[in-house]
Amino acid sequence: MSDVLDAYPQLLKGAWTTVQLTVYGSVLALVLALVFGLAGTARSAWVRAVGRVYVEFFRGMATLVLMYWFFYALPLVGFRFTPMAAAVLSLGLNIGAYGAEVVRGAVRAVPKEQYEATVALNFTPAQRMRRVILPQAVALMLPPFGNLVIELMKGSAVVSLITIGDLTFRAKQIQNATGETLWTYVAILLIYFVIAQALQSLVRLAERRVDRMLGRRAEATG
Amino acid sequence: MEWDWHYTGDILPDLLDGLRVTVTATLLGYVIAVLLGLVWTLLRRTPSAVVNQTVRWVTEFIRSTPLLVQLFFLYYVLPTWGITLGPLTAGVIGLGLHYSTYTAEVYRGGIDDVPRGQWEAAVALNLPRSRTWLDVILPQAIRRVLPTLGNYLIAMFKDSPLLLGINVAELLNTAYTTGTHTLRFLEPITLVGVLFVLVSVVSSVLVRRLERRSHATD
Repeated sequence: MSDVLDAYPQLLKGAWTTVQLTVYGSVLALVLALVFGLAGTARSAWVRAVGRVYVEFFRGMATLVLMYWFFYALPLVGFRFTPMAAAVLSLGLNIGAYGAEVVRGAVRAVPKEQYEATVALNFTPAQRMRRVILPQAVALMLPPFGNLVIELMKGSAVVSLITIGDLTFRAKQIQNATGETLWTYVAILLIYFVIAQALQSLVRLAERRVDRMLGRRAEATG
Repeated sequence: MEWDWHYTGDILPDLLDGLRVTVTATLLGYVIAVLLGLVWTLLRRTPSAVVNQTVRWVTEFIRSTPLLVQLFFLYYVLPTWGITLGPLTAGVIGLGLHYSTYTAEVYRGGIDDVPRGQWEAAVALNLPRSRTWLDVILPQAIRRVLPTLGNYLIAMFKDSPLLLGINVAELLNTAYTTGTHTLRFLEPITLVGVLFVLVSVVSSVLVRRLERRSHATD
């Protein structure tokens, strides 16, 4: 056990990489989710189709398969990715597809009267989205987005298989160096659990902020 | 580098073998997930606060930590306690255990959805507890949650490549091994991707049909 405690700088480095992957992956996922989710609510059937294809394809694909494809297959046709880029891309593309469905659902859940009001007020479509629809939809998106970020964080453990020095990868190194199997894995499981709980609290904080911004009281939404 | 169709044909039988392992692991893991999830849910409804809180923490812990690390735990840590599992066994148990914490939530929602009147009717009829659960509550709850349970089968299928981390010769592992022998990764890994998307899209269409059917009979 003390061997594992002595390896704490390694564990911290790994945890930092896991956090970085989570942040980069989530930012990419969020952008993709907004772009393709809004495409899914567009009036043009073509734009909607693009949204659907993205969602169906990347929801159907396993992150690890995608990562292997970026990392091992694509260099053969001339696209080279660093391991980190391959990891962030595949995590972001995958979680973004789930996020796009969240965005689409949330935008569609905003009451119809709100659309009608923006038409009556002669808002442009961009103004309508930015000032009326999205702020209300965001409140609905936050809890499922929070779950997705935690899924992404947990899912990032697979990057250790393409030799990125995340928490899981460090565990294998420490296990090899010290021969201490049990405590190494107990330690990183605990660290993952703590990161997940921290993310959960952040999401709850954000939910309360958004509720207050929209003039809702926390009790009213419960 | 051009796509080589001849090579594609050569490796296809091996990949289908890998797919068979993937499907076997997913289905066996699913059986565990579906049964164990129900056990968690029922345990959380026992009057004992100790049991209730322990189950809550254990499931929350399993759900918030990565499946891959859990697989490593089963495969590398258990032998130090004298329990040695084969890769496929460890993989199936890992998948099942991980997803049981998700199916438990699904069951819980389904049971909460059964109208109160049904419980009251069971009391009025003086049904014993076991018959209340088996004949009244569970059949209604499970029918409601079938589509959601189906979605977790798809989710498990998509997590099955993680089993390569503990040396299971599943689909992605087979493709990777083939690639290292021939130094051509493009065809095998692309094929794996195509197979995954095909299976997932087809099964989500089936689940959606199941969803519509279960709404129709409500």
